[in-house]
Amino acid sequence: MSAAAISVAGLGKRFRLGERERYVALRDVLARAAKAAFRRRSGGNGNGRAHIWALREVSFDVHEGETIGIIGRNGAGKSTLLKILAGITLPTEGWAEVRGRVGSLLEVGTGFHPELTGRENIYFSGSILGMKRREIDRKFDEIAAFSGVETFLDTPLKHYSSGMQLRLAFSVAAHLEPEVLLVDEVLAVGDLEFQRKCLGKMEEVTRGGRTVLFVSHNMGAVRRICTRGVWLDGGTVRLAGSAGECVDAYTASVEAAAEAGTGVFDLRTRKDRVGSGAVLLRELRLLDSENRPRGSVEFGEPFMLVFEIECQRSTPSSFVGLTLLGDDGTSVLGSHLYDSAEMRYLQAGSRHTISCRVAPNLLKPGRYSLQVGVLDYATWECVDLFYSAGDFIVEAGSGRFGRLADARPAYVQPVLEWKWE
Amino acid sequence: MGTKTNPVGETLAVTAGGALAPVGTPAASVAPVVKRIVPAGRWFAWNLKELVDYRELLYFLVWREIKVRYKQTIIGAGWAVLQPLATMVVFSLFFGRLAKIPSGGLPYPLFFYAALLPWTYFAGALTGATGSVVENQRVITKVYFPRVLLPLSAVFSGLVDFGIAFVLLIGMGFYYRVTPGPWLAFVPLFLLLAMLTALGAGLWLAALNALYRDVRYVVPFLVQFWLFASPVAYPSSLVPPRWRGLYGLNPMAGVIDGFRWAVTGQNPPSVPMLAASAGAVVVMVVAGLWYFRRMEATVADVV
Repeated sequence: MSAAAISVAGLGKRFRLGERERYVALRDVLARAAKAAFRRRSGGNGNGRAHIWALREVSFDVHEGETIGIIGRNGAGKSTLLKILAGITLPTEGWAEVRGRVGSLLEVGTGFHPELTGRENIYFSGSILGMKRREIDRKFDEIAAFSGVETFLDTPLKHYSSGMQLRLAFSVAAHLEPEVLLVDEVLAVGDLEFQRKCLGKMEEVTRGGRTVLFVSHNMGAVRRICTRGVWLDGGTVRLAGSAGECVDAYTASVEAAAEAGTGVFDLRTRKDRVGSGAVLLRELRLLDSENRPRGSVEFGEPFMLVFEIECQRSTPSSFVGLTLLGDDGTSVLGSHLYDSAEMRYLQAGSRHTISCRVAPNLLKPGRYSLQVGVLDYATWECVDLFYSAGDFIVEAGSGRFGRLADARPAYVQPVLEWKWE
Repeated sequence: MGTKTNPVGETLAVTAGGALAPVGTPAASVAPVVKRIVPAGRWFAWNLKELVDYRELLYFLVWREIKVRYKQTIIGAGWAVLQPLATMVVFSLFFGRLAKIPSGGLPYPLFFYAALLPWTYFAGALTGATGSVVENQRVITKVYFPRVLLPLSAVFSGLVDFGIAFVLLIGMGFYYRVTPGPWLAFVPLFLLLAMLTALGAGLWLAALNALYRDVRYVVPFLVQFWLFASPVAYPSSLVPPRWRGLYGLNPMAGVIDGFRWAVTGQNPPSVPMLAASAGAVVVMVVAGLWYFRRMEATVADVV
């Protein structure tokens, strides 16, 4: 019978809107105070400032030795929850109890200083992450060996490549031995090789009987490593159950949200665009082979992406481009207008329609996000860009290849030419 | 939400539901540490046991600051001597030679350097403590530790420079044939007073700086004004006796007069002034700890 290592009851965290701005200057406070004085006179509850609840009424228990995955979309409150449990920030209401020594890995390389040598950074970072000095002394050789940068231990960190810094940082983190470990998206950085190493180490850690709270967008990793899951949605617990259940339910909800899409993305009034605005994207459509807009396509059918653009200022060097992102944020493919069409001079006030045909039998069934934009060839500046203009789904469909592709792990699944020589 | 004290003296946190729950852990050596996380109340007590547990991190913070301070400089720690030395030469020339400021029977350079030493330490520690929270904002938002270690580490790390510059003071003592006496034993006491003064003011400024970056621009002026309000370049005997008590409310007045006396044996500090300084320091540190603790609850959200 294992005791609860982490208990969370009715936890809530409220942020004042704008509280997470970079900093407040005194004059803002004075101005606000003056305004508040007037507002109070005019009645109301005085505190008229907007608040948002990053977390509300969150309750769950984690038993000793369990690995629990926290999933949910961006802004669901996952990181806030972790920060509260780590003691970095305090809740507004409710309480939490953590039993045992807590270690938190909210980023890779906490406390690293560029002027210090590798050796010095191991000591300082280890100490700030909660290791005792004797513990670091004891594990030092192991940490150095695991990092693979032993020969540079007496070189200042600033001369390390970013990959070397990452390896050293992870090596320190991997040798933490708290009873309760809180991990946030650490695996989202670095190259594939590094991610695999991190994941392997994580699995090792969880087998060691430690209690782990793991926040991730990597559903595969959550399913593999975690025993239980908590799905956070809009700051509240949507579902707490086995890791598989939570991942399935969450994935289904994300897909359902995308399925509701019609394949027509009206961009005219969208506020999430970035760029100079010399050329604006008006609309993006996803059309099937019969020119009907569709929110989902089958693996085996080609489809078309159609861009409507409007030119605000004349430009000779603007072009449309797109990047498809997989459901874990991986860039799957990128393509630009000039890959196969000529560049044109765009007259101010003119409108154009541009289409891009995507071959069939290419993208593994799943959800994809469309990153689209207008860029400038001459300056490489961003003219009009949407990090996520919309989503669409590739379905396995009835074809043989579709079903095969669905079972394979890779994103790109073209049918290549095989033959007996 | 808030905290209350129960009959046994435990601090109890009133949770959102209105229930009372003990904060911290009872003294048990085998049971695992249970950390209870509750909303901050108006009175948010210091956890001394935790501070003791984190003493190694304090050591590492001080160590890092000392290590980093003179990296990639040519003369390195030589700056710790060169800076006060150059200031001493300039001040001796203008205040000692030209303005003929009295120096209580001591050669002006020695008179001035003996005060400059604790002053330089204090100014450095105060400036360091003020910036300490903001400079470590990355770490603050990613890992938990008692935030008070940051200003504390600034106060401790200045001691190394102080120690190096102190060697020069001993040399000057020999040169001017001022033999140290038993009062030298009081040096640590006055140094402690300087540390506490820097900590008391530094806690306030560090907390304020985390909220309002205006503080960063105010501190250089503050240090300058404070310098002229302290008997560094002139003896406190210039201050009329009936104002000495008030003058002593500036703790650095007590520190500097005391330190100068301890190293030269000349001009013992006035007792009412020392008492006023010590009292002022206690008030500053207690108020600083209180204010810093209040800020600590929200610092990761606003820094």
